[in-house]
Amino acid sequence: MLLYSTRRLAGAIPVLIVVAAVVFTLMQFAPGDAVSMLISDEASDADKARIREAWGLDDPPLMQFLNFLGNAVTGDFGTSFKYKMPVMELVLERLPATIELALAATLVAVAIGIPLGVLAAARPGSLWDSLASTFSFAGISMPNFWIGILLILLFAGHWHLLPSGGRAPWGMGVEPITGFLLLDTLIQGRLDAFWGALKHLALPALVLGTNMTGIITQLTRASVQEALHEDYVMTARAKGLGGMRILWRHAFRNALVGVVTIIGLEFGALLSGAMIVETVFAWPGIGSLLIQGISSRDYPLIIGLVLIYTAIFILVNLLIDLLYTLIDPRIRIN
Amino acid sequence: MTMTAGNSIPAGQGRWQRFRRSHRHLSGFKAGFGLATVAALVIMGLFSPWLAPHPPNQQDLMVAMMPPDWTGPYVLGTDHVGRDILSRIIYGSRVSLIIALSVALFASVTGVALGVTAGYFGGRIDGAIQKVVEIFWSFPPLMLAIAIVAFVGQGLAIVIIALTAQRWIPYCRVTRAEAMALREREFIMAARTLGASDGFIIRHHILPNVMLSIIVMTSFAMANAIIAESSLSFLGLGVPPAIPTWGGMLSDSRAYISSAWWMALFPGLAIFLTVLGLNLLGDALRNQFDPKLKSH
Repeated sequence: MLLYSTRRLAGAIPVLIVVAAVVFTLMQFAPGDAVSMLISDEASDADKARIREAWGLDDPPLMQFLNFLGNAVTGDFGTSFKYKMPVMELVLERLPATIELALAATLVAVAIGIPLGVLAAARPGSLWDSLASTFSFAGISMPNFWIGILLILLFAGHWHLLPSGGRAPWGMGVEPITGFLLLDTLIQGRLDAFWGALKHLALPALVLGTNMTGIITQLTRASVQEALHEDYVMTARAKGLGGMRILWRHAFRNALVGVVTIIGLEFGALLSGAMIVETVFAWPGIGSLLIQGISSRDYPLIIGLVLIYTAIFILVNLLIDLLYTLIDPRIRIN
Repeated sequence: MTMTAGNSIPAGQGRWQRFRRSHRHLSGFKAGFGLATVAALVIMGLFSPWLAPHPPNQQDLMVAMMPPDWTGPYVLGTDHVGRDILSRIIYGSRVSLIIALSVALFASVTGVALGVTAGYFGGRIDGAIQKVVEIFWSFPPLMLAIAIVAFVGQGLAIVIIALTAQRWIPYCRVTRAEAMALREREFIMAARTLGASDGFIIRHHILPNVMLSIIVMTSFAMANAIIAESSLSFLGLGVPPAIPTWGGMLSDSRAYISSAWWMALFPGLAIFLTVLGLNLLGDALRNQFDPKLKSH
């Protein structure tokens, strides 16, 4: 298991290098010069030339790439043009917000999608089934920024039940310990702040989880239904086991591998979706940071974030692969 | 099939189940709804100048933020600078249509060419193509598109390239698997024995056999491209803002969310219905063509 994990991790390194090369090549298309983004137009040509040399901007592209790669390995993606601080520092500061949002969205999707899918599979053709089918098709087909805007309109604008954006109410004075606001407020015993943070998280998590809910519902229904036709379910029925027990202990458990796969695959979509949802709800995560970086042409920030996003995506997929073995003992890794 | 008085319904089944039983061909409804959506999109896109009651970019601050009025000149209301929402939705369908068709076309041609080549020839060629797939698949969805648009710039052609960059992969994976399976079938071996060239076999035997999967995937690819394009436009990374797009309209609506709900509702509804239609069409086609899935 350890050997397999190490090998998989090592296998991800060349992929990341090529991914970095792709992004680096794309950067060469960027209009304008990094130097002119940083220093004022009034600087003399000699000053500009000095900076170009100091930054290695006159080196051949391959040399520049190797330098960039060497720095990236140590987590040094340069300094953000806009924020004037190291990219890595910025990312680490805002990463917990995105992870918190993505995990909450996954939780929403699992909590709604799995029961709905199992119920639909247990009674094909029933009202539940149709409800699940309609719900999942709608969930997959609705753009999340639209749902976000509509929910803000209803819950914040009309009913005044939930905040329209941001991560926590101002002036609550919660010290950042882990960066995960829900956790930090609990550690510090601040239930009022926890409630506030939860209210801010509710709408973005619901919106980000909508597409995933639709997909999980569909897949759970299909896998459970397939499992219900297997021989072991027939045996369980013949033994006289109750319907609920067969459904959850036998059919659902065997359908779980497919469901976990889809959660893993969809986590990537969740990361991308977070860029949009974070923008809609002014959620201070790395997704909205990337979009701000693009609008201000903050190239070091963009490259750093694209690479970090991709690395997270690759890592999550690896974790999901490893998780299979825990869920399904039939899969053994050699 | 219609429900007749003579239908024997087992005891204990509710009215709903009877309804479902009598509408077994719901996939017919799905296909119908899907086809109607595609037809509506094509008609709106082709005939926008005749269908739209107003020019899409005509501004008139005197009528800014007019609520929908079914009997007035602005049926779905106007936006913050007095442009007619309905006309902009009709014109916005053009970008969605062009993007959906182009992305589906380029993605399917690239993906099928690489997939069939990899699956049919196998060996090193397959290995090399699989590596390329792995690299492109390593980017989270939409991330590569965003990186391309962020560095190279905005424009219709760039958005199409950016969205095609990852969309060809599902085509490649599916056709590779199918070509691999077909390669071993008797009729292909027979053709080879008779001296048919690889090119001939691929054109006359492999491609016709993977066509159904391609059609099903194209429906989903178009739905995906429309959502992706509107997401890019919403983020301000799509086509230039002067061209009306559904995503761009939603982006404009954010600042006026509490005062003009119609600015957000209708363009989003256009995206939702179009994507839903394409997804339902894809699902109906899959049910029709894939007997394995039909049983569920």
